[in-house]
Amino acid sequence: MSVDTATVRHIAKLARIAMSDADIDALVPELNNILGWVEQLAAVDTEGVEPLTAVIDQKLRLRDDIIDDGNIRDEVLANAPDAQHGFFAVPKVIE
Amino acid sequence: MVNDYRIQGDTGEWEVVIGLEVHAQVVSNAKLFSGAATAFGAEPNTQVSLVDAAMPGMLPVPNRECIRQAVRTGMAIDAKINRWSRFDRKNYFYADLPQGYQISQLYHPLVGEGAVTVLLDEKDEGSARTIGVERIHVEQDAGKLMHDQHPTMSYVDLNRSGVALMEIVSRPDMRSPGEAGAYLRKLRAILRYVGSCDGNMEEGSMRADVNVSVRRVGGPGEKEAELGTRTETKNVNSVRFVMAVIEHEARRQVELIEEGGAVAQETRLFDPDKGVTRTLRSKEDAHDYRYFPDPDLLPLELEDEFLAACRASLPELPDAKRKRYEGLGITAYNAAVLTADVESANYFDNLLDGLQRPEFAPDAANWVISELFGMLNRTGRDISKSPISVRQAAELLSLIADGTISKTIAKQVSELMLDENSGHFGDDPTRIVETRGLKQTSDTGQIDARIDEILAANTDKVAQYKAGKEALFGFFVGQTMKAMAGKANPAVLNERLRAKLAA
Repeated sequence: MSVDTATVRHIAKLARIAMSDADIDALVPELNNILGWVEQLAAVDTEGVEPLTAVIDQKLRLRDDIIDDGNIRDEVLANAPDAQHGFFAVPKVIE
Repeated sequence: MVNDYRIQGDTGEWEVVIGLEVHAQVVSNAKLFSGAATAFGAEPNTQVSLVDAAMPGMLPVPNRECIRQAVRTGMAIDAKINRWSRFDRKNYFYADLPQGYQISQLYHPLVGEGAVTVLLDEKDEGSARTIGVERIHVEQDAGKLMHDQHPTMSYVDLNRSGVALMEIVSRPDMRSPGEAGAYLRKLRAILRYVGSCDGNMEEGSMRADVNVSVRRVGGPGEKEAELGTRTETKNVNSVRFVMAVIEHEARRQVELIEEGGAVAQETRLFDPDKGVTRTLRSKEDAHDYRYFPDPDLLPLELEDEFLAACRASLPELPDAKRKRYEGLGITAYNAAVLTADVESANYFDNLLDGLQRPEFAPDAANWVISELFGMLNRTGRDISKSPISVRQAAELLSLIADGTISKTIAKQVSELMLDENSGHFGDDPTRIVETRGLKQTSDTGQIDARIDEILAANTDKVAQYKAGKEALFGFFVGQTMKAMAGKANPAVLNERLRAKLAA
């Protein structure tokens, strides 16, 4: 598997990362190196091996249905570039 | 067949193929992955934890109750429950999604295939249709955007961000707006019986994405590849609107194809004021969600004990209840009406318990539907706020059952109980019957006297009756009953009248 400039431009757009053509040209071989390295793993025979979901043997813990959080509006809004009347305020987005 | 919905085009007949994705908000105190509250209508951003606001380093921990409710819902539609499921990230950027991804379940949903049976005509078991459900998965809701509060800014409220949703995905099994409406109503009823979603479409606790395509009647088979290109109309929030979307989309697509165009696979939005749909997102910027398993969450594995407890907690569901009611001699239509919503079904069940006369169930059903529901409708009340409590209804029906009052008088009594200005609003029926002297009488002396008066005043009709015009019997019953202000025991009255006319 490898990527070309069009793919890199596309994934940069999806990730909302602004990149110049020069950046993208530089990134294509870099990403292809990484993909090639990951692809080496395919050489290992994994027939009959269960996929590993975690390196420690642990089950997913569930929480009880209890309200023990929230009511921290000021903390939640503290880092917002703009907040008005208790809302986050963002440049108008309408589809 | 009830079901032949056809669009008449210029070049022939078309049929419509419909699939629904229903988003149902799970009833829970806290959110799917955090301990913040879910209640509707709170001050903005007060029900937000640092997890919901996606602050760096926060880790999601699933709420057991949300999982339990989704599993119970799956069991209620006879679906396969997956003991091993997993959460995936659906990546996209939008101002109402602070994480930059929604935690959902694409590859391994919690609930697999099930089915919902709907009746297109409530009086006709033959109109039953089974709509397949492909899957139910659990996912996070997004926050809420407000665009009309500021000229250049949008306001974001994250109270809804992270609330648990079930996405219930049907197969493309529906073929008319009526079928889609029946499916949605039935699904809503089941969710409300189970208690996993309140089904409140106005508050957005239940909303549907409507997938519509058209094809020529007698087209190829039912496989997905053999269906036409579909459009998806997002976030439709009433049964009526869902039906309107289907009608409009089907006509629009037929016209488009017949004019030589092609349907674009796209996301559309419904405009309820104009009754039309319009393009929301075209294919060029179609979302590429790059789903992958969420590394913050281990797979969800369910134990036998948990599943058994889910199953044991299921209530009697609408179809089973309807059959039980029909078994008591209640008509199919009445049974369908009573079981359509969990609140009326509970009212009726409690009424039967209070009445302790199963043989009187069909009469009780008639009274609830024609008298109680009729009056609640007229006064704009909900069954949960009925001025006639279950205990009072049982008392009133017992008074009819044991012959203390007639059905006509019972109607008067219910009207008094429901009328805020009657002086008897909310009174017990026994009290009303006593204070107003409404008890039915079997006193033959009194009844005989009234009959004699009526017969004497209508000698011409008596002659006609004796000459063979037997339909006049009803006239004499009516007149006598009127003279007795409705209080004569009808059986006694009939018997005495017959005897006197035969004399």
